[in-house]
Amino acid sequence: MMAPETLTLEADVLVIGGGSAGSVAAIKAKEARPEATVLVLEKANVKRSGAISMGMDGLNNAIIPGHATPEQYVKEITMANDGIVNQAAVLAYAVRSFAMIQELDGWGVKFQKTESGAFDVKKVHHKGAYVLPMPEGYDLKKILTRQMRRVGVKVSNRIMATRLLTHDGRVVGALGLQTRTGAFVVIRAKAVILCCGAAGRLGLPASGYLYGTYENPTNAGDGYSMAYHAGAELTGLECYQINPLIKDYNGPACAYVTGPLGGHTVNAKGVRFIESDYWSGQMMMEFWRELQTANGPVYLKLNHLAEETILEIERVLHGTERPSRGRFHAGRGLDYRDRMVEMHVSEIGFCSGHSASGVWINERGETTVPGLYAAGDMGSVPHNYLLGAMTYGKICAENALQYIGGAGEPGVDVGQCEAERERIFRPTRERNGLPHHQVEYKIRRFVNDYLQPPKVTTKMEIGLEYFERAHRDLAAIGADNPHDLMRAMEAHFIRDCAEMAARASLFRTESRWGLYHYRVDYPEMDNERWFVHANLRKGADGAMEHLTRPVAPYVVPMTDDELSAYHKLRIPAAQA
Amino acid sequence: MPTVAMKFDVPVTVDESKCIKGCHLCVDVCPLDALAIHPETGKAYMARDECWYCTPCEVDCPADAVTVGIPFLLR
Repeated sequence: MMAPETLTLEADVLVIGGGSAGSVAAIKAKEARPEATVLVLEKANVKRSGAISMGMDGLNNAIIPGHATPEQYVKEITMANDGIVNQAAVLAYAVRSFAMIQELDGWGVKFQKTESGAFDVKKVHHKGAYVLPMPEGYDLKKILTRQMRRVGVKVSNRIMATRLLTHDGRVVGALGLQTRTGAFVVIRAKAVILCCGAAGRLGLPASGYLYGTYENPTNAGDGYSMAYHAGAELTGLECYQINPLIKDYNGPACAYVTGPLGGHTVNAKGVRFIESDYWSGQMMMEFWRELQTANGPVYLKLNHLAEETILEIERVLHGTERPSRGRFHAGRGLDYRDRMVEMHVSEIGFCSGHSASGVWINERGETTVPGLYAAGDMGSVPHNYLLGAMTYGKICAENALQYIGGAGEPGVDVGQCEAERERIFRPTRERNGLPHHQVEYKIRRFVNDYLQPPKVTTKMEIGLEYFERAHRDLAAIGADNPHDLMRAMEAHFIRDCAEMAARASLFRTESRWGLYHYRVDYPEMDNERWFVHANLRKGADGAMEHLTRPVAPYVVPMTDDELSAYHKLRIPAAQA
Repeated sequence: MPTVAMKFDVPVTVDESKCIKGCHLCVDVCPLDALAIHPETGKAYMARDECWYCTPCEVDCPADAVTVGIPFLLR
């Protein structure tokens, strides 16, 4: 490779990541202030990027008047998270999410409606009804892209941000790599909204295939790492994302689609063992326990359903979200009519969209660093899913615009730019250096071996030792093209996330959230000591440091019975 | 350090008789940027074994030339 050219860009509002959260953040910022420059950086192409590259088959947390209230929803999410939630942030989503649905409806997103034209809401959660099917949701990303073009959002595809620019304690832009041309990219911005998705390439899938992850593998934890290095607090990183998936295919078996149509999760005897298929740590604990017994493995059961129901399930599941599952089943000769679908426990990751591991944000989408906002799977609002990503995109846009009104021109630290240029392009001087995929594989195998629950203190300490040593492996990566430089930088993100996962898990000396944070050395939940948010940030000495934040007084009061409702998910064997 | 090139079975197949020269839609939409245009044939092909088997390359192809299979380790 030649010496890198520098591409310099400027924006009033910079959105990093053009998935569901980022697209909506950009649209709403530009709509609210048409004279402002709103720039989206996307490491793929906004047409098909992010967690829902092929759309989504439904909204999992729709609060529709007549079916549920924002207060009921806040209660459900509080109990699903063993009480450790900032209710104000959940409530901010809940009260604004219906307007977001109406807006999407107006943009042409097709939701399932009843004959009378009302939204056709289904029950999947333990207590309330919040699932709104979107059987033709495969065009969602194209609709968002069209909307960005309409309002005049600038989009730069194939640019991966690698570090945030900071100045005088605020975030003032980002640095990165054009992954096709190999240009070094410097973006100055008055405010930055991080929408980089989950840390989905943390654990290694059971298949051993690096990119066979539950999450879109482009989501390598970029946002978690960048926020950390900019000094932002992260929270709940010990509350991993672990999902019940189709074994090997590693996509959702999808109880949210099949449940309302009569499908359910069963053991090898075809018997139900959990009350609710809604994804929670407590549900995953029962799932994992069943895998350890003679009743394992666990299956999705559809073979008792009528032909027309199965045809409908195939139409939805083989057309949206992860449509290639149909050909996966065909390759193994599996037909939903005859056999049950084997399920398994996913690799671990960080994702607030599904669990509660994210960059700490409040109900205004603000991180702990001025000028930096976060939304979507990486923002810390628990169980926020797709609709939460979009709603918080909107919330971040509003508050970022308000912030830049009072912020001065961003200064740029030349030393920071030069250090990052050196870090990104160092592999080009190591033509015979380590291949990125071997380095990545090793880090992620250590994640599986030492961090995956059940969590064992000594094992996590051994893992941590390697993650520290892995700096040397990262420094020895070689690359001779921009694409491989991108993968090398992703390996840095993955290492950072692995170290954070180990440290956060070691810090909280109790068990909570079912399987997500099941520590065999500390098997009980300890509300006396640990009814707090456990946060992590970069300390003054450059090392990771821990702090706790009290759980803010609830805005929606909870009884003890309500708080423990998700601990009663197992169906007693006698009744099954 | 010593390194060696290895072959990988890759999941995306492009029918060159259907693939349109000058079109690069499948290359554009691949989230992993795993597809490329071959400099000699001008046709698309899978250049890297980095695939989420997500299917935009197949669905968005105007010529029906792209087929997404399941990666070998999973199928």
